[in-house]
Amino acid sequence: MFAFCTDPETLSGLSWLSCYLTTGKHLSIYVSVGTVLLLLAITAPAALLFGFGGAVAARSPLPPLAWAGRGYIAIVRGVPDIAFFLFFVIALDQFLEWLRHEWKCPDWEGSVWQGSDFVVCAEAKLPLSTAAGWVHDVYGFAVAVLTFAIVFGAFAANVLYGAMRAVPRAQLETAEAYGMTRRQIFRRILVPQMWVYALPGLSNLWMVLVKATPLLFLLGVEDIVYWARELGGAKTPRFTDYPHPDWRVWYFGALLVFYLAFTRLSEVVLARLTRRLARGQATLGGAAQGGSA
Amino acid sequence: MSCWETIADYGLRSLGIGERLLPRDNFTLCQQVVLIGSGMLWNIYFGLISLVSGFFLATALALGKASKVRVLRKLAEWVIFLFRGSPLFIQFFFAYFLFLSLKGVSPVFDPFSSAWLGAALVLFFNTAAYSGEIFYGALMSVPKGEVEAADAYGLSGWPRFRRIIWPTLLRLSWPAYTNEAIFLFHATTLVFFSGFPAWQQRGDALYYASYFADKTFNPFVPYPILAGYFILLTLAIVGVFGIVNRRLNRHLPQERRARLRLRRGPLLR
Amino acid sequence: MKTILLGTAIVVAGAGAALAQDVVRLGTEGAYPPYNFIDDAGEVAGFERVLGDELCARAELTCTWVTNDWDSIIPNLVSGNYDAIMAGMSITPERDEVIDFTQNYTQPDPSAYLVMAGNEEIDLEAAVIAAQTGTIQANFVAQSGATLVEFASPDETVAAVRNGEADAVLADKSFLMPVAEEGGDLVMLDREELIGGGIGMGLRESDAELRAAFDAAIQSMKDDGSLNALLEEWQIGATF
Repeated sequence: MFAFCTDPETLSGLSWLSCYLTTGKHLSIYVSVGTVLLLLAITAPAALLFGFGGAVAARSPLPPLAWAGRGYIAIVRGVPDIAFFLFFVIALDQFLEWLRHEWKCPDWEGSVWQGSDFVVCAEAKLPLSTAAGWVHDVYGFAVAVLTFAIVFGAFAANVLYGAMRAVPRAQLETAEAYGMTRRQIFRRILVPQMWVYALPGLSNLWMVLVKATPLLFLLGVEDIVYWARELGGAKTPRFTDYPHPDWRVWYFGALLVFYLAFTRLSEVVLARLTRRLARGQATLGGAAQGGSA
Repeated sequence: MSCWETIADYGLRSLGIGERLLPRDNFTLCQQVVLIGSGMLWNIYFGLISLVSGFFLATALALGKASKVRVLRKLAEWVIFLFRGSPLFIQFFFAYFLFLSLKGVSPVFDPFSSAWLGAALVLFFNTAAYSGEIFYGALMSVPKGEVEAADAYGLSGWPRFRRIIWPTLLRLSWPAYTNEAIFLFHATTLVFFSGFPAWQQRGDALYYASYFADKTFNPFVPYPILAGYFILLTLAIVGVFGIVNRRLNRHLPQERRARLRLRRGPLLR
Repeated sequence: MKTILLGTAIVVAGAGAALAQDVVRLGTEGAYPPYNFIDDAGEVAGFERVLGDELCARAELTCTWVTNDWDSIIPNLVSGNYDAIMAGMSITPERDEVIDFTQNYTQPDPSAYLVMAGNEEIDLEAAVIAAQTGTIQANFVAQSGATLVEFASPDETVAAVRNGEADAVLADKSFLMPVAEEGGDLVMLDREELIGGGIGMGLRESDAELRAAFDAAIQSMKDDGSLNALLEEWQIGATF
């Protein structure tokens, strides 16, 4: 990075540190902080979408749909996320490739399972084996996001399901009396009203999601924990210009500070959001003033 | 080898009882189910012991956070923030590191670097922090009228807390506390995965599941078995907590009980 | 013989080229020096990096490197996330049932013990021995009379001996060598265990052509002595 970094053995103190902290490997850990934030930014709305779908399905008057929704919530919530991550990503990847395989290569003879190998035609590979490295990275990241969204979508579905049922019946009955259809009631009354009931649960879910990001490395994404381990481990002079003993404590300490700071920031933002949403809403506090939709 | 023999050999393998060597080839479904089930004993142990002991610290933390004494309040707030604000993964790392350093100070700390005590201690603080926050939230929403009524009856101090505030606090926080218990049992899978070393191949359910995944190169059998066990465990937790919930709410009229159940979702941890 | 085999390799490369230039993805762990590790620049480096690049050049293939967690390195190969494994993986009968190996590109590397200096007289049958979870060494200790304690990464096994959790660590000799050479508190015992076979490149069983190409390339490196030179340069076991 800096010109004086060509011969680190001669350096000491701050200049050594400034070289050490700007090696290509360290730049990777800084990039991975961005990866984690990006994952959170995409996963949160995606999980909300899954959760919304799950909650609507679970409420559905059609029994198969209701079972599917409730089954999704019960099963995914019942399994530790870590156990889920350990096999689900590979399964998801194979499922996507199999779908593409059926679509792109209908004439393929034989099974996609050859012994223990999973083989699809070359056109169906995801991403194509000709694709550039970054395409593979983006695909891996996208699969990780999808997996996170499915897992946390189940928790979000549980929250939203409860929130929808917490909307006072009187409001829905009033809407009915005004001659609104089921769909209108759902769109104009139920959904706008439920957020205030859902927010405490969703805030907590966000906190849990933030703290689940160290599991990203299980999904094949090189996240901050991966790099902290890699950088912190003891290094012998044969393989690096910057040998050092086991420094994992320092790297994990930095991660600790990062997570604590991020939690604090989230708490402040969420508290502000809660106050805003509660304004004029039909919560316990607002109900006394006659609450309006 | 029949499945009964497998149960006899490996049913308590996670505790070090039975066959010393794990199966090495010709893995049967029965072996996987039995050994992963054997590992579940550890998950249940960690979950139960930290849940029960953590309950008391959680109550103390909730009262501390509501305390008028500044030192107590700050202390409780920091414990809650530290353990709720950081991933369990990192807490295990630091705890293991700390216990190893303490070992050098005095042999009293020797058992702490083993999972059965060290990991249980971390989980104890972790669940206490999460439940403490839940209890604090419930404490803040205990109806003022109930406290005033207690005052009018001449109750104060410990009796007032024990007989009026505490039962209401539990009743209000129970749905969220149920969720916390589920999360806690799930979190026990991290103990051997990233925190503490496994001795003589005695590990939890995830340890054995990954053993089989590693040996058979097929993750699609052991992990779903593990998932199945946890779904059963989750159902059991929901069942037991539901019984307690009914007991806590038995004095309420029917319709209000129903309303309380609806609030389960939004109070998720 | 050599030229014929090389001829096949080119044909294979040509067949792949029909589908635009195919890129062969090589999977590795990146945490096992000197075989493979991440260098200061954040790139995959080590003996296998140099060897793999040379093999690809000889087989006229375009290759890229991918890192993957050790635990799921074989499942990800069979499900097609990369095409070959070069991760210091010993050829064992169990692994051979699920994937195919090329011929070995290292001699069987003995496993060695590392203990604290001054503790060389230890009784290894009654000691507490650290090993990485899911390695052939962990299996070996589980079967011997010693007490096995398992850690997730190779680093932690060495650290366990330093902090007194374990009396000794058992791992591949060429991995422990640099640690012992560093001087200081850890020394290597003379006793060695011959556990694994040589290390080979792992491929899907359905990829016979790719395997033939790499096999031929390894053979050609053995024949002209360049593999031996690499083994000596990286201090990996005996030469061929």
